[in-house]
Amino acid sequence: MSDAIHAHDAAHGAPHASRRTYVIGFLLSVVLTAVPFWLVMTGPLDATTTGVLIVGAAIVQILVHTVCFLHVNTQSEGGWTLMAYIFTAVLVLIVIAGSLWIMFHLNTNMMPMVDAPSS
Amino acid sequence: MFDESVTRAIFGRLGWESFPFHEPILVITFAVVALLGLGIAGAVTKYKLWGYLWTEWFTTVDHKKIGIMYMILGIVMLLRGFADALMMRAQQAVAFGASEGYLPPHHYDQIFTAHGTIMIFFVAIPLVVGIVNYVMPLQIGARDVAFPFLNNLSFWLTVAGAGLVMVSLFVGEFSRAGWLGYVPVANIENSPGTGPDYYLWALQIAGIGTTLSGINMVVTIIKMRAPGMTMMKMPVFCWTALCSNVLVVAIFPVLTAAFAMLMLDRYVGTNFFTNDLGGNAMMYWNLVWIWGHPEVYVLILPVFGIYSEITSTFTGKRLFGYSSMVYATVVITILSYLVWLHHFFTMGSGASVNSFFGIATMVISIPTGAKIFNWLFTMYRGRIRFELPMMWVIAFMITFVVGGMTGVLLAVPPADFVLHNSLFLVAHFHNVIIGGVVFGLFAGMDYWFPKAFGFRLDRFWGKVTFWGWVIGYWVAWTPIYIVGLMGTTRRVNHFEDPALQPWFIIAAIGAVIILIGIVAFVIQIGVSIKNRDKLRDTTGDPWDGRTLEWATSSPPPNYNFAFQPQVHDLDAWYDMKKRGAQRPEAGFKPIHMPRNTGAGVILSGLAAVLGFAMIWYIWWLAAVCAVALLVYAIAHTFNYNRDYYIPADEVAEQEDARTRLLAAGA
Amino acid sequence: MAAEATTETLEPTFYLVEEEHHHEPGGSTLLGFWIYLMSDALIFATLFATFGVLSSGFAGGPTPREIFSLPLVALNTAILLVSSITYGFAMIAMQEGKLGGTKFWLIVTGLLGATFVGIELYEFAELIHEGATPQRSAFLSAFFTLVATHGLHVTFGIIWLVVMLFQLNQRGLHPENQRRLQCLSMFWHFLDVVWIGVFTFVYLLGVLR
Repeated sequence: MSDAIHAHDAAHGAPHASRRTYVIGFLLSVVLTAVPFWLVMTGPLDATTTGVLIVGAAIVQILVHTVCFLHVNTQSEGGWTLMAYIFTAVLVLIVIAGSLWIMFHLNTNMMPMVDAPSS
Repeated sequence: MFDESVTRAIFGRLGWESFPFHEPILVITFAVVALLGLGIAGAVTKYKLWGYLWTEWFTTVDHKKIGIMYMILGIVMLLRGFADALMMRAQQAVAFGASEGYLPPHHYDQIFTAHGTIMIFFVAIPLVVGIVNYVMPLQIGARDVAFPFLNNLSFWLTVAGAGLVMVSLFVGEFSRAGWLGYVPVANIENSPGTGPDYYLWALQIAGIGTTLSGINMVVTIIKMRAPGMTMMKMPVFCWTALCSNVLVVAIFPVLTAAFAMLMLDRYVGTNFFTNDLGGNAMMYWNLVWIWGHPEVYVLILPVFGIYSEITSTFTGKRLFGYSSMVYATVVITILSYLVWLHHFFTMGSGASVNSFFGIATMVISIPTGAKIFNWLFTMYRGRIRFELPMMWVIAFMITFVVGGMTGVLLAVPPADFVLHNSLFLVAHFHNVIIGGVVFGLFAGMDYWFPKAFGFRLDRFWGKVTFWGWVIGYWVAWTPIYIVGLMGTTRRVNHFEDPALQPWFIIAAIGAVIILIGIVAFVIQIGVSIKNRDKLRDTTGDPWDGRTLEWATSSPPPNYNFAFQPQVHDLDAWYDMKKRGAQRPEAGFKPIHMPRNTGAGVILSGLAAVLGFAMIWYIWWLAAVCAVALLVYAIAHTFNYNRDYYIPADEVAEQEDARTRLLAAGA
Repeated sequence: MAAEATTETLEPTFYLVEEEHHHEPGGSTLLGFWIYLMSDALIFATLFATFGVLSSGFAGGPTPREIFSLPLVALNTAILLVSSITYGFAMIAMQEGKLGGTKFWLIVTGLLGATFVGIELYEFAELIHEGATPQRSAFLSAFFTLVATHGLHVTFGIIWLVVMLFQLNQRGLHPENQRRLQCLSMFWHFLDVVWIGVFTFVYLLGVLR
């Protein structure tokens, strides 16, 4: 029974950070930030490709932050940290994608907007 | 000139005209409320109870007392919300053709808005939160929730919101935009008065309380279960409480943001939900229903949990299909995020969007159906005791299922195009809320009252309450289904077609029968207190319960359990009774407890005044309150001395008293 | 019948009379704060969704390309990112028990954060001066609200950081202070995650269309 208690306690306590993880995370983030800015500011590629690349870079950078800075892993809080994170990510996607899908369709069915300067 | 600008600087837009001296109904209501309030305050002063109230109740961090205070808040607000209902029924019973009734649209609109706002935010939520607060920590074998101070703060923030809504009755006016504050009615051009501002500030403040409470309950269930109680050995009520509070944490932020944007539109002139300059009013509806649909599951899931506990206790059997109940609850939780558009099929998203959400809505009825079958299978071949809680369960099963079916009917987009915003819709949601949530709350109150207070509720008046509500519900709402199906629109204070009047008269009679039920409930509490010695329970387990809350005395000591229970199986208390577990009667240790604090009351009081100041444009007062809130909150964090130990001999004293009581009763 | 609740290991125990399963004080704080952050993520999700929906509501007014200065945004992004790693160094110092190091890196983080907010306020002032006010169009309403909400969170983070410095002076690396710094760490990094969304979807994609 005391084993169960100690195992339980091991799930407590904050994740331990290491200098290495932070520096790697930082360097990756710098690249994943600089490249998108460079792509947009100098514009060597077409808009759609650039768009896809910068969104992709953003997703990867968010994951880098999650692992290296926020120390999210499968052990933390008995797995509940990761579970809450994934659940929230799904909801964030539903709220954003769902709203865009619905509102885009609503706008399609509405009268055309007059985007004149005077009105 | 000088005078006016000074007055405006001090009082904002508050003036003598803000007080409804010319409205007799309101003047009389105020007089009654003021007299009642003075009477209560006078009695408390006479019996020198202010100190007791402050130290034992207002500043408590004990989940049991906070739960009881939530219940009192919910019941008081139920009386206000139901008064609104009676007024609407009376108006709709007489206002046909030439007769305009007694409530012009301007007032009628405020009444239906207040009715819905109060019933959902200040009756249903507090009652559900109250029961979860009281019961869940006991059921998991814990001594309190994870964040006791936040629990206190959540309660008082809810009270602050309720206070603002009540004040709106006497100072200024309330919103006329429905219980969800629909734009464009709630836009500043259409509602320049205080209405939507009262609504928004009350709900933002209360909403913070609810969100914090949600975080609290989730962490409590994850971290503070007794040793041996794995997730799959937790009572089903705790599973439903967990899922409900996960929903709370996930959806209230969306409402907070939507309301904040509407507030910005109203106060600062932004264009989120305006009709021009690029604004899109439909986005408000979209966001608000992303909140609104899961919200109803926030309310019903814990109530499903209550039904599970009561069914298994009063049939003397383990709940049938525990795992499937858990999976059904989790599936409902997830699916509840994928159906929200069914509240605005007619807004014009087109066939593909409507089909997706229509199908998702129909699918979500399946896990709910699974739960009903599980309850029926639990009852099958059980030895059913028809105590009052079980009677509520039967009434629920019959009533709620009808509401669920009309819901599936409404889920079909083509049908909804005819029935959207008709009284059929109104009847549907009252069907599921009354038949589901309200019946469940009464069941839960009857079931757990003896635990909280040490004596049962009077059975006779309980039955009057029961029949008043059940018969009243059916008489009041069946006619509304009928006129709704015939095409009658909601939120209308006057009708042209006299053929509809008989239905509305029947509905009004139904409302009066429910009133009998409510009055009987109040009488039930009074009579039970008066006869408490005859109704006393000394065992702590009057129903032969199955879960850990029944292992404690009634009421439990403030530390709940002198020794933490070690759990081996589902229905932990039943397991302990079956295997002859002995309650330890010696060897008590000091118990670690959190201290009481007045910070919750103070912070919420400041929030309420801030809300009032913002509503009335009293900017200096708002600034002072905002700064005070920040300063006080920061100062509070400098207090590191937040706990204490109950000495072992005090624990021994309480436990010995219980030992004697159990021996005397045996 | 014996009143013993603990006997040999063959008998199941129903009450823990000897070894209290001690929930250390504050043991739930980190998970509680994490879940609060998840709720905060949903506030931002709502603001992002609204921005997405209203992002072409220019009402004949300023468009992203006309008002966004990408070099300034790049600078601000860099500042925030560096502040993330300086906070990380503060946490490492805390783990190593170094009070001085912790305070030093916290101060650096706070200064970087304040610079971030300062630059953002400058950006807003310029925009308002040019007539690109939050009231001008739905796009601008959504832009200002999303970015300002993030900025307000950073501001609260800085206030919290300053309070922590006082509390570190008072009680050093008290366990409660360590827990609070861990919460602030989660908060600070979370804000940088949100900023990734902001600079990508608001600024970069805005200029791109």
